[in-house]
Amino acid sequence: MSYKTPLGKVRGLGSAKAGTDHFWEQRMSALANLPLVIGVLIIGFIVWGKPYNEVIAFLQHPLVAIILALFVINTCVHMRLGMQVVIEDYVNSDFQKVIFLALNTFFCVLVGFSALYALAKINFGM
Amino acid sequence: MANSSSKRVRPLSPHLAIYKPTITMVMSIVHRITGVGLYFGMAILAWWLISASMGAMSFDFVESILKSFIGYIVMIAFTWALIHHALGGIRHFIWDLGKGLTEQHRYKIAWATIIGSASLTALLWIAGFILS
Repeated sequence: MSYKTPLGKVRGLGSAKAGTDHFWEQRMSALANLPLVIGVLIIGFIVWGKPYNEVIAFLQHPLVAIILALFVINTCVHMRLGMQVVIEDYVNSDFQKVIFLALNTFFCVLVGFSALYALAKINFGM
Repeated sequence: MANSSSKRVRPLSPHLAIYKPTITMVMSIVHRITGVGLYFGMAILAWWLISASMGAMSFDFVESILKSFIGYIVMIAFTWALIHHALGGIRHFIWDLGKGLTEQHRYKIAWATIIGSASLTALLWIAGFILS
């Protein structure tokens, strides 16, 4: 027998009130990614097959480095939001869901910071 | 909550398997699959950048993997997924603006995403092979 009031029983079980933010951030990061993807495709096209020295010199060009850094940050934000929806759709147990949502964030932060670290080292510290 | 009710056999609503596939449905699924693929593909980009930051030896090692037969398949698949997901995103933006929602337009832009992504990917890689 519970002494909780009916209101107390349902508190915290409703929506997280984060849905609109999630939707809007997904769309804004998608919009920002359209020009960045075009830039990254051009960078990839130029760089593919080039020897090491030329690749490094190319990655040290400010425009290339900035486009790549923005692409990495924006994509990691975007893909975290996207994977969150996939996890919420397919993982039904609450415990597993929390674990996967945490792993999702860890993965995106790890990938993003690794790429940014490498870009910073190539540009400032080789 | 979900666990206690799932022990009883509950009636199911009709789902994926009973519908005849339509191009809009397939493109919706492909949009999600390419998104998940790109998610893990980003680790390859980070790995490639890290190797470039470490020196010629590690860079050449990663490049030799990326330029193997399987490497080429993964790189071409990554290019296609990136372009397809971007075109799929544009499709969603058109819908967000309240346009392209009639039956005729829905099918047209669904076909446009797959035809567009396949031809742009082919164009990029063929141009790359010719120039190299």
